[in-house]
Amino acid sequence: MTMDLLTLIVLLPLAGFVLNGLAGNRLGKGFVSVVGCGLPIVAFMATVRALLELQATGGSALLETVYTWAMVGDFRFEVAFYFDRLSALMTLIVTGVGSLIHVYSTGYMKDDASYARYFAYLNLFLFFMLLLVLGRSLLVCFVGWEGVGLASYLLIGFWFEDPAKAAAGKKAFITNRVGDAGFLLGMFLIYHALGTLDFDAVNAAFNGPVAPAVSASLVGLLLFVGATGKSAQIPLHVWLPDAMAGPTPVSALIHAATMVTAGVYLVARLNGLYLHAPEASQVIAIVGLATAFFAATIAVVQTDIKKVLAYSTVSQLGFMFLALGVGAYGVAVFHVYTHAFFKACLFLGAGSVIHAMSGEQDVRRMGGLARKIPVTFVTFAVATAAIAGIPPLAGFFSKDEILWFAFASERGGSPLLWIVASFTALMTAFYMFRLLMLTFLTPSRMDEKTAHHVHESPVSMTGVLVVLAVLSAIGGFFHVYHFLEPVMPMPAENEALEHLKLPLVIFAVVTGLTGLAAAVYVYGKGLARADRLQQRFAGLHRLLSGKYYVDELYEAVLGRPLHWISERVFLDLGDRALIDGTLHGLTGLAQRAAGRLSRVETGNLQFYVLLAALGVVASLAWMWGHG
Amino acid sequence: MDRTQLLLTLSIALFSLGLVGVMIRRNALVMLMCMELMLNGVILSLVTFAERTATVSGAVLVFLVFVVAAAEIAIAIPIVLLLARQRHTLDVGAWSGLKG
Repeated sequence: MTMDLLTLIVLLPLAGFVLNGLAGNRLGKGFVSVVGCGLPIVAFMATVRALLELQATGGSALLETVYTWAMVGDFRFEVAFYFDRLSALMTLIVTGVGSLIHVYSTGYMKDDASYARYFAYLNLFLFFMLLLVLGRSLLVCFVGWEGVGLASYLLIGFWFEDPAKAAAGKKAFITNRVGDAGFLLGMFLIYHALGTLDFDAVNAAFNGPVAPAVSASLVGLLLFVGATGKSAQIPLHVWLPDAMAGPTPVSALIHAATMVTAGVYLVARLNGLYLHAPEASQVIAIVGLATAFFAATIAVVQTDIKKVLAYSTVSQLGFMFLALGVGAYGVAVFHVYTHAFFKACLFLGAGSVIHAMSGEQDVRRMGGLARKIPVTFVTFAVATAAIAGIPPLAGFFSKDEILWFAFASERGGSPLLWIVASFTALMTAFYMFRLLMLTFLTPSRMDEKTAHHVHESPVSMTGVLVVLAVLSAIGGFFHVYHFLEPVMPMPAENEALEHLKLPLVIFAVVTGLTGLAAAVYVYGKGLARADRLQQRFAGLHRLLSGKYYVDELYEAVLGRPLHWISERVFLDLGDRALIDGTLHGLTGLAQRAAGRLSRVETGNLQFYVLLAALGVVASLAWMWGHG
Repeated sequence: MDRTQLLLTLSIALFSLGLVGVMIRRNALVMLMCMELMLNGVILSLVTFAERTATVSGAVLVFLVFVVAAAEIAIAIPIVLLLARQRHTLDVGAWSGLKG
C-alpha cells in the first residue's frame, strides 16, 4: 500500500474524470459533486500521508516506478513518480487549493447545464497537474505539461457556444505550442547529451565532476521558452488575460494558483542545471522583471475585475521568475505557495462578486459592495493586502524575500533589478487597492435592477473564501525556502549589503502603504479624480489599455503574413491552381475526347459495317505492305 | 484463266456483292440474305482450296459451316420477326436508338 501512495494520488482525480465524464450526466449533480470534490480531497490526504513518510525517511525522496513505457536499446522510458520536498509542496498546493476550488465550484456552477462536464474537466486537470509535479523524468512531466494545456483549453472554452470564448481557448492552446517547441528541443538536447531525462539524474550530471557535453545555458534557455509559454511571460503572455473567458473558479485554479506556476516549477526543479547557466539565469531574471513591470502597468488601467487579476497574475509570475533568475529558487517557490493562496482567494472573491452582480465584471459599474456582501469583502481585502505586501500577511514575506535577493544575491542580484521590482511592487499595491476601492468601497454605481439583486454567495463559496483568506494571512510564517533548502540551496548573499536588509524591509512596507495611499487618494471618492488623470495622460492611458498593442503587433507580424501566405500561396496557387488545376485539366481532356469519339456511334448499322470493312481493308493493305 | 482462279474470283465477287448489299440496303431481311451471300462466297473459296489440296477435312468443314449458318439464320429470322412486330417495319434505321 505504501509503495503505491504516489500512484494513488495521481490516479484519484483520473478516476473522478472517468466517473464524471462517463456517468455524471446520468447520475445527477449530487453524485458529481461527491466524486468531483471527494477524490481530490482524498488525494490531498494521501499527499499529507506521503509527506509524513517523506519526513520519516529523513529527506531521501520517495520513488515509485509504475510502468515501463518503452525500451529503446538499453534505455528505458519509465513512468516513475518522484516525491521530494519540492514535489511535496507543489502536490500539497495542487491538491489542497484544488480541492478548495472544487468545493467552491459546487456553489458557483450550481445552475450550469454542463455541471458534470465541468467537474470531469477539472478532475482531468488535476490528474495532469499531478503528473507534471510528481513525474520523475522530463518526459512524464511533459505529458502532464501538455495535459494541463489541454485541460486549460477545454475549460477556457467551457462555454464554447460563445465564439469569443472558444477563440480564447484556441489562443491559449496555440500560444502554448510555441513554448512547447522550446521545451521539446531542450529535452532532446538533454537526452542527447546525458542519455537520461530523470530530473535527479540531470541535476546530478550538471553538478558532477565532469561537465556534460552540452551548454547548460542553451538547454536552460530552451526550457525557459517552454516556461514562458506556460507561465505567461513576455513574449508569450498574451494568452493569459484572454483565458479569463473561462469560469472564474477555473481562472483561480488553473490560471492563478497551479498551472501557470508550472514554468516556475520546471526551472526550480532543474536548479542543478540553472546553477551552471548564468546567462540563461540572467535572461530569466530580465524577462521576469520586464513581465512583472509591464503587466503591472497594464493592470493599473484595466476595468474588468478578472482582467486586473489576470495581469496581476502575469506580474506576480514575473516576480517568481525574477527570483529564479537570481538563483533564489526556494524563494520563487515560496512565492508560488503564497501566491496560490491569495490569488486563488482573489479570483474566487471576484467570482463571488460576479455571482452577486448577476454576471457584471466591469468595476466602473460596481461600488459599495462592502456592506452587501461582507464575507466576500473581508476575504478579498485580506488577500489584497497580502498581495500588496502589507505585513504580516503572506505576500509580504515572499515578495520581500524576492526583493532582497534581487538586490543582494551573489548570482546576478543588482540594485537596478531591485529598483524596478520595488516600483512594480508599488504599482501592485496601487492597482490592487484600486480594485478593492472600486468594487467594494466607493459609492455604488450600479443600476437599480442589479443593486436590488445583490446577494451574498452560499456557504460552499464563502467558506472556501474564509479558508483561503486565513491561509493568505498566516501562510507567510511557514518559511518554505528553509524547508526546501535540502533540495534547493539558497544563493549566497552579498555580505557587504547585509546591513541594508532591515532598511529595505522597511522601505518595502512603505512602498506597499504608499500604493495603498495613492489608491485611496485617486479612487477614494469614486471615479472623478481618476477620469481627470486619464484625460491628462490620454496617450499613456491609450497605450496601457491597448496592452502595448502586443496582440496587434503579433497580428501584423505573424497573423497577417501567415494568412496571406496560406490564402495566396497555399490556397490559390497550391490547392486551386496546381492540384485542382491538374485534376480538372485531366478530367476535361477525357471528357472532350469521349465527346469526340462518341460521335462515331450513330446507331446506323450500315455505317458500322462500312467502318468494319474499311478496317479489314486497311489491315489487309498493311499486311500486304509488310509482307 | 484456270479453274481455281475463276472460282476464287467468283468467291470474291459473291463476297463483295454481299458486303455492298449489307452496306446499302436498309431492309433487315435483305441484309440477312446479303450476309448469306457473303458467307457463301467464303465457303466457295474454302471448297476451292480443299479441292486443290485434295484434303477431305476441307470438304467436311464445308458441311459444318453450312450447319452453323443454318442455326444462325434460324435465330436471326425470329429476331427480325420480333423487331418487325414491335415497330411495324423492317427498316433497321427504326432501331438506331439502341446506340444508347
